Parts: sequence; C-alpha cells; structure tokens
Amino acid sequence: MAEGIRDKVVILGMGCTKFGERWDAGSDDLLIEALTEALQDAGIEKKDIQAAWLGIHIDEINIGKGATYASGALHTPFIPFTRVDNFCASGTEAFRGATYAVASGACEIALAIGVEKLKDTGYGGLPDSPAFGQEAVLIGPNATAPGMFAQLATAYAAKYKIPMDKLKEAITHVSWKSHQNGAKNPRAHLRRAVTKEQIMGAPMVAYPLGLFDCCGVSDGSAAAIVCTPEVFKKLKPNEPMVKVKALQISVSSGEEAMFTRWDGAGIITTQTASRKAYEEAGIKDPRKEISMMEVHDCFSITELVTMEDLGISPPGGAPEDILSGFFDLDGQIPCQPDGGLKCFGHPIGASGIRMIYEMYNQLLGRWPEDRAVKNPKFGLTHNLGGVPTQNVCSVAIFGVD
Amino acid sequence: MVGIGSFGGYVPRYRLNRMIIFGSMGWLNPVIITNARGEKAVANFDEDSVTMAVAAGMDCLRGVDRQSIDAVYFATTTAPYRERQNANIVAGALGTRDEIRSADFAGSLKSGTSALLSALEFVGYNGGKAVVCAADCRLGKMASTQEMVFGDAGAAIMVSDQDVIAEYKGSFSVSHDFVDHLRGANTKYDRMWEERWIRDVGYQQFIPQAVQGLCAKYGLSPSDFDRIIYPCYYGGARKNINKVLQVEQEKVQDDMLATVGDSGSAHPLLMLAAALENARPGEKILLVSYGSGCDALWFEVTDNIKKMQDGRGVSRWLARRADLDNYQKYLVWRGMAPAETGIRGETDKETRWSLVWREHKAILGLWGSKCRKCGTQQYPPQRLCINPDCQALDEMDPVYLADKGGTVFTYTGDMLAASVNPPAIYGNVNFNGGGRTLMDFTDCTVEDLSVGMPVEFSFRIKFYDPKRDITNYFWKAVPAVGEVK
Repeated sequence: MAEGIRDKVVILGMGCTKFGERWDAGSDDLLIEALTEALQDAGIEKKDIQAAWLGIHIDEINIGKGATYASGALHTPFIPFTRVDNFCASGTEAFRGATYAVASGACEIALAIGVEKLKDTGYGGLPDSPAFGQEAVLIGPNATAPGMFAQLATAYAAKYKIPMDKLKEAITHVSWKSHQNGAKNPRAHLRRAVTKEQIMGAPMVAYPLGLFDCCGVSDGSAAAIVCTPEVFKKLKPNEPMVKVKALQISVSSGEEAMFTRWDGAGIITTQTASRKAYEEAGIKDPRKEISMMEVHDCFSITELVTMEDLGISPPGGAPEDILSGFFDLDGQIPCQPDGGLKCFGHPIGASGIRMIYEMYNQLLGRWPEDRAVKNPKFGLTHNLGGVPTQNVCSVAIFGVD
Repeated sequence: MVGIGSFGGYVPRYRLNRMIIFGSMGWLNPVIITNARGEKAVANFDEDSVTMAVAAGMDCLRGVDRQSIDAVYFATTTAPYRERQNANIVAGALGTRDEIRSADFAGSLKSGTSALLSALEFVGYNGGKAVVCAADCRLGKMASTQEMVFGDAGAAIMVSDQDVIAEYKGSFSVSHDFVDHLRGANTKYDRMWEERWIRDVGYQQFIPQAVQGLCAKYGLSPSDFDRIIYPCYYGGARKNINKVLQVEQEKVQDDMLATVGDSGSAHPLLMLAAALENARPGEKILLVSYGSGCDALWFEVTDNIKKMQDGRGVSRWLARRADLDNYQKYLVWRGMAPAETGIRGETDKETRWSLVWREHKAILGLWGSKCRKCGTQQYPPQRLCINPDCQALDEMDPVYLADKGGTVFTYTGDMLAASVNPPAIYGNVNFNGGGRTLMDFTDCTVEDLSVGMPVEFSFRIKFYDPKRDITNYFWKAVPAVGEVK
C-alpha cells in the first residue's frame, strides 16, 4: 500500500478573485489577480515558483490549448507550466499536479492556478461542447448539465420511495442554506439571501430542478502556492501550517453508463475517492471528525447525494440531515460556508482551488465571526466533474497544525 | 407461392384538427373550409419519411428474423437525401444483413406500389423475402388545400415466397406524364393544377383505366373483388369511380382522410395494411395507387392471415394519439417558420462520415454486443466486457437491440437544452436482457414517465445540420404503446 502524501505538502499562500460576472476582466486579468494575492499571502516572489499547473475546462473560449496563454499573461520565467483538464475537477487536478511535484521532491515550491471566463461564452449555463467525443454527439441525448444531474433526483426518489415534493423540500433547504452563507461573503457571485418560497416557485430548468437548484455560472480565478513543510518553516516560522492530509481522485469505469448494477441515486466515484481520502488522512468516522466541507453543489440534488456518498449521512438519510440543519453554518458540519458553487459561483477551472481557499482561511481563523466555522480541525473539499454516469471526483482533506 | 408475408403501419402520434388550420389560416383562403373535416396526422419534430418508414417496417417485421430479409425498398417523394441511398438507412435501422438488394423508389405517389411490384418480382425471381417501406411527409403552403389534405404516415409490406397471407395474383399499370401535383428538385412545397381537372381527368379516368385493364387482362370484373383499395381525397370523385366500376360502397376501403390525411407514396400501402388487419381468408383484394398513372395489384387472402392479425397494422397507431392543439407548433416542427431556440440551437454539429461508417451498426440498428463469457448485454458495443467481474477482451457477439425494448431507469425534462418541442426529455434506459444507455425520449411528456416503466425504441432524427444539409438519425425511447393514455 502506497503511503500517500499526508503531511508532505503544505499551503504557503492562496488567492481568489471575486467570482461573478466580471464583464471588465479577461482570463488574463483574473489570473493576475489570483496570483498576486497568493504571492502576497505566501510572502514570496514569482521567480520563487519552480513549476506551475493550470486548471481550466472550457479552453477554446477562454485561453485556447495548453498553458502558454497563462504563462504569457503571468510572465512566468520559463518554468514548466502545464494545463490540466478533468471537467469540474480541473482546479483540484492542477492542485494535485503541484502537490505531487512537491511531495515527490521534484520541486520545493509549486503553483496551482485555475481560471474560467464563462461569461464570454454567450450562454446562460455552460456552453454546448462535444464533451464526451464525437460518437456521443451522434448517439447521446440533447442534454445539458442540469438535465443530467436532475436524473439523480428521479432515481433517488424511486430508490428510497420518497415523494418528489419531499425530496424537493430537502434540496430547497440545500440552496436556501448556501444563499444564507453566500450573502455574507463579499467575494461571492450571488449575494442575496432568498426564501424557500422563492426557491420552490422558481421556473423549472430540468425536472425536478428549478432555477435556484442550479449553481451560478461565473468568471473567476483562484491560486494556491504549495511547498514542503521545511520551506514553510523557513519562510513563515511560528505560523500555523495548513497541511494536505489527503488528495484522491476517482474516475468512472463506464459501469455506471452501461452496466445495470449502479443504483443511479449516488455517485460511485465520490464513494470511492472519499473512502481512500479518509484512509490517507487517518479519518475513521467522517461524520464525527470532519469539521466543515466545500462540496460540488453544481445542483442542489448533487449536494444531497454527496452527503451520503461521502459517508456523512447514512444511505437515504441525507434529506433528514439537511432539513435538521446539520449542514447549516451553525450546524454540526457546515457545508458550503462560503456559499458554495451555488452562490460563490462556478468558474470551472477555478472552483476546486476556490474550495481549498475557503478551507485554508477557515483553518487559519481568518474570517469574520459571522461566517467563521468554530474550531475547525479537518476541512474537506469535493469536486465532481462530468455527469453522474461518466464523471471525475476529487476529494481533498486539509488540517492545521 | 409469392405474396404478402406480413404488413405494418405507422401513424405519428400527433393529430392536427383541420378546424385549427382553418381557424388560423381561413382568413387568407376561406375556401379551405371545404376540406376542414376531421384531423390529419403530423410527424413529430424528429420524424420524417425515413423514420416513419422504419417505424412501419419495425411493425411489419415483428417476429420476423431480420437476417432472412433479402431486399429492402423505400418509397417516398420526400426523401432526405438525393445522393446517399435512403433505403440503406432504413435497412440499417431494420437490422437486415449487408448482403441485400436495396433501392429507393421516388418521383410519384405510386412509388409505393412500384416498390411493391418490384419486391414481388424480386421474390418471384429469386425467392426469399423483400420488404417495402413507404412513407411521406409532404408539405403544402400555409392556407393551401394540400396543407389541409396531406397527412404524414408510413406503411410496410413484406413480400415472401413462404407462408404468405395474401397471394399475389397479378397486376396492371398505366403511366402518364400527368402533372397534377409537382415539386421541382429544389422545391419544398407541393404545387397543384386546377382541382376540377385533377378530379375529373386524373382520378376519375386513370383509376378506372387501371382497374379495367387488370380485369380485362385476367378475365375479371371489378365486382369480383371483396375489397377495393384506392386513394382519392375527392369525395365526389370516389362516388363516381365506384359508380363507373359498379362496386358497392362497403367493399371500398376507407381512405383514412378524416384520421390521417393523404400520406402520399405510403397511402395505398397504409390502406392495404388497414384492410389486412381484418381481412378474411379467400378475400380478393384489389389495390390501386394513383400518381403519374396507376398500378393495380390483385391479391387473394390465405388462411395464414389469422396468424398476422396480432395487432400489427394501423389501428393501434390510430389509437395512440395526442392532439396537436397549436398551429404554430406545426409550422415550427415542419420548418415552415423560424423559431428562436437560443444559442444552444446554433451549435454547429459536424458529421464525421468515417466515424459514422465505423459505428454504423451501433448508430443505425442500435446493435450492441453480448459477452460470450458472462452473457452481459451492453451498448454501445464494447471490446472489453463492461461487467466489472468479467472484463473479457474480444469475446463479443453482436446483438440487435432496436426491437428489445427496455425500462426507464432515470429521466428528466430539460428546458435549457435547445428543442422545438421543449422540454427535451431524456434519461437512462435499461435494455430488456441487460445493458443500459442514455437516450432521448420522444412522443411523451415528463408527466407520462416514471422509473421502471416499459419503453420501446423508435428511430428518429437525431439532429439536422442546416449548414451541410445532413439529417442524422438515432433511436429514442418512447413509452410502450398502451402505456400513455
């Protein structure tokens, strides 16, 4: 059994732009903004970065192929700069590249930066793309992301024999809670608290998901500078250290899409990646040990099933946990304290790093009291890219020493 | 003995009451009120002559081994392709062998019977089985007589030299360059000459000419036939033709004008399929087509007919209906009025023909694969078995899934996806016998669906590429007939 990367890599500094409709900013502006904050936080200069990874998904619209747009915009001094794309987990994939580089000893200080400029696509929601290849264009349905994730709801309701209006009540609470949190966050895209009646009464996007069951489509960038514990101690002696406790990725085997064993009411990759991450981090009972989470709430129903897939709620138990306030900011495990994808926004390539940014700052106790999680020990981030039948999941766990 | 081995029909689900057309367009051409009786069948937005021909073919070939088919003929005046054989798309969907004869029959409304005659002659000469699939989806301009009269439908007849349900006894044809209806090579809408001329010189002369010619050839009288089938949407002309032929009204097959409309090349075969649904052994059937002349065909029903009177044909499709209560929707579906479908509707989808060829079995015939090691059925066809406990390499046999049916596993109705019939409904379907795939649903509403309900597969237009004039086809799930009230 491989020993993993627990405690081998620490976060030296992070940056995150305001997410939203950044009509005045291009991808280059967003990258510069995120990196500038991360460098200031890290207390280093750009030339100290030895390797960089760029997370981005909708490349054609934003920056084209490869990473040369980013290296050119940031004027990085001829260091390796690699673009990674793994759907909505692209940001965490960039973080994994930087983290693995440091853990391997290949370099001491590395950068992960993610960006997405969705508001230049002209679309409400994500742009159409042959994301699953040309054959899928010929045989796959005329589908969108909300429609693909909405199917979790029909399968979940059928599996647990829960009436759709009851399930809708639970996912309404998911969005309501994220709006409460997002309203407090100056960098969030959507900053208005909404009532449950507004959520329930919103126009249908994809049955049974209404407008408020869908996350924001935003522009933004986030950056993380990681290093070895030794470098951190040299640069920031006596400062608390946020460590990577676990980082796992799981990708669909094709079984969900073609074999009839999967129940459709949860995500196999989330179940797989989280179990491996808990093992890597040495967590035995996540419901007791995880202090807070930023999960991939692209849609409210995704967050609901994720609570079960992560082993926080028992199978079929997420609606009850959600409605009891278990995941509210003042609940036992606050989920989406920054507003989540729902309200902080979802510039795809940046989202994974944005989640880490929230965990990092919460662990360091940097946030004002009205949105601070009390005495956090472990923070978990979760990305889910693709669609429920064909996806990529990342689970990362962070702790502070 | 050569004759009809099986028959099938197809009528699209949506029906447009002709008074809705009159209510919308009567202001422009009040005389269309004279045709405003009953309803006409309207192809769904994802249907055309190819898909309706396939649907009729699927109906006709229920219980027939697809590998036993030796020829596939497609008849229509509304083929999507001028070059690319349309019949091969139909054959691919029906899951026949590659080593077959195929041909498109076009150019006149008698192309359906021309195809049938060719099939009869093919089987008479070679033996075996040939299937004729006919369908039409003709357009009249807004407020035209044609818009009132034309309906969309498909019909299929399988010709065989074994176990025939109706023996082919003979035929007689007349051909005229009689231009009553016309569409040039680049024209979308039908144009017609004066109706009185069409009625009096066209239908009333040519149909009797063909019938009398056949009777003279075989020493028969029209009154020897138990059923006479001919298309003619002029009520007065039908009466005159019956009078000239001296046949009783009750022997004349209903023209389905009030329920379907004139379905062009398919119409004589659609009427024949309807007749065969309740034909009795020993009946003599006279089938006549009309369009640039006439073909007249004589059949005699055998005792085998009872075996094929199992629900195939036209009635169940007529019963499976939904009102199209909106004339504008009809215009948009038929491409007669531009509609905003948002930026998603502008997506450029290019067709990579080398990829299509490589995957043509999976695309056209919904062929999957079945693992010889563990028996797992899977779609699309895999080289590595999808069963996680098996994963055998290259141990697959092809399996035709289009007629297997399945059940709904997940579903949604998507208002964001570009569609001219929103919401776009799709979901995961579990095939009967194993395997799962994600596909579009059609001919239903979200409210009609539930997890676990049975579905059938229907060959449909997947998308049309206006830039390159390419129609792509694939299978969609539809609630099994009888599931949606």
